Amino acid sequence: MATKYQVKITDVALRDGMHAVRHQFSTEDARAIATALDKTGVALIEAAHGDGLGGSSVQYGFSKETEEAYLKAVCESVHQATVAALLLPGIGTVEDMKRAVEYGIGAIRIATHCTEADISEQHIGVARKMGLFTVGFLMMAHMVPPEKLVEEAKKMESYGAQVVYVVDSAGAMVEDDVRARVAALRAALAPEVEVGFHAHNNLGLSVANSIAAVKEGATRIDCSAAGLGAGSGNTPLEVFVAVCNKMGIETGVDLYAAMDAAEDVVRPRMVRPVIIDKPSLTMGYAGVYSSFLLHAYRAAEQFGVDPRDVLVELGRRKVVGGQEDMIVDVAVELAQRKKVLAGQA
Amino acid sequence: MANKLAAAIVGSGNIGTDLMYKLLRSQWVEPRWMVGIDPESEGLKRAARLGLEVNADGLPKLLERGVRPDLVFDATSAKAHVRHAKLLREAGIQAIDLTPAARGPYVIAAVNLGDHLDSLNVNMVTCGGQATVPMVYAVRRVVGVSYGEIVATIASKSAGPGTRQNIDEFTETTAKAIEVIGGARRGKAIIILNPAEPPILMRDTIYCLIDETGPEVYERIDQSIREMVAHVQTFVPGYRLNRDPIYRDNLVSISIEVEGLGDFLPVYAGNLDIMTAAATKVGEEFAKHRIPVGQ
Repeated sequence: MATKYQVKITDVALRDGMHAVRHQFSTEDARAIATALDKTGVALIEAAHGDGLGGSSVQYGFSKETEEAYLKAVCESVHQATVAALLLPGIGTVEDMKRAVEYGIGAIRIATHCTEADISEQHIGVARKMGLFTVGFLMMAHMVPPEKLVEEAKKMESYGAQVVYVVDSAGAMVEDDVRARVAALRAALAPEVEVGFHAHNNLGLSVANSIAAVKEGATRIDCSAAGLGAGSGNTPLEVFVAVCNKMGIETGVDLYAAMDAAEDVVRPRMVRPVIIDKPSLTMGYAGVYSSFLLHAYRAAEQFGVDPRDVLVELGRRKVVGGQEDMIVDVAVELAQRKKVLAGQA
Repeated sequence: MANKLAAAIVGSGNIGTDLMYKLLRSQWVEPRWMVGIDPESEGLKRAARLGLEVNADGLPKLLERGVRPDLVFDATSAKAHVRHAKLLREAGIQAIDLTPAARGPYVIAAVNLGDHLDSLNVNMVTCGGQATVPMVYAVRRVVGVSYGEIVATIASKSAGPGTRQNIDEFTETTAKAIEVIGGARRGKAIIILNPAEPPILMRDTIYCLIDETGPEVYERIDQSIREMVAHVQTFVPGYRLNRDPIYRDNLVSISIEVEGLGDFLPVYAGNLDIMTAAATKVGEEFAKHRIPVGQ
């Protein structure tokens, strides 16, 4: 049977997965996971703090290891794939990227909110000049219609991005949302610029949505071994590969190696199961940035409110990725409101 | 010398125009010239209507014609200011730099206003710096701060092309000011653009890791923060705490909001308003220093 679809997979367990372990992977964890992922045949292995280079902070949580130790551990363990880092302009800088290149990365993914692509011009430009494989990453893509997403994608293309991703950071898209956005980008971008898709499993649709993206012309898909990632996690690598095998979609990934990486290496290192629970389902339902999950748990506990109420209120206020400080502020407000209501009763 | 300093505003965009409205109210500085590079610009037309002498051929030409303002506010770009700074220095004219060029020492209006009154060039850091460094300093004057981190969230509509094309300049300059002026041993700055409609007010969270803890220390920090907020409100009335500071062991978390005056810029652009208000304050301080008492 002739293969109609070919996709290259980026595994994000060592970056998005960091949200699910509060950025506490050690260099030993990094080596073990990177080694296992490298055996699977994925094209790119992304590693960094969950919020990218420079993300270690009070706002997002401090990493266990320095960026240097963590990235060097990953780069030293990877021989087949290319190691990528994520960078959010406004958090990380060009200087952070240059240091990461010294540590051994070969690719960079520059992420902005889906309406703010123009803050990535400098970073994409410098990345291309440095010879990095350069990806543009449009986050929270469910918040804008396809036409608007196309405008922003074309900006990233004009700066030099070799791939532009539709990123469902909130795990809020259903299949039609994915199809419309991926198809619009595929039609609008130059043929040599690839389209990618990044899912979160908050509505249980990560695999189905990723397949839909492939059918609309996406050639880059993000997966994570055992689904380790923010919220309900990302598209589970081993499941996606199994489905692709059955559908004749070529990934270049060895299914058993992916299963081994997921079950023997990543899952034992989880600090909590990556599942669809009340708060993460609420995120997909309300359209809230998936990395807010553990911050919302903590704030809700500290101020005695329901994390779902916090997440719904954040969604109502159209909070974007990176605004983790709003979680505490909203929890405080809800707690005060609760106190006032209790006093009236 | 007259009883006001005669000032030129260079840059007829949003910042320059908002600054003009503030200076028109000043008892100490008179905005006499507005300098742009496009004769058709709205900013120049508006300045002309308000009685300023407008020039559309740039600062170098103004100086070549022999015009010598007492004070120049530069609201152009970092690149242009590097050239302007040299010319103004040669002419012996004091410059207040609202760009991130940082040729002169940093001034955070609420913290070190009086530090560089004789300097020929001072730099106003960033909007995030004007809003958050006072809070770091308010903590620091009570207790040692090993690390200061700020997160500035601004409405997308209030971030101009200059900020967007070089967002690293914002984070790097602000981080440095957290250390140099705020007094934290290490500084970090994060900026987030939020496109929500209607646009959100500027919102900043300031985190400090402190050297000593305990209820008594927290109480003194609280007091210091409230005093600083009241002080900033004397020139930025829309500067306020969103909630009480939160203490967890050695972490202090402060949340503020900045509503602009709405002179020319909309009120949500508190980030730009605090910049023009701070620059006005510095200009007035220069004037008080230079104009002899009794005139």
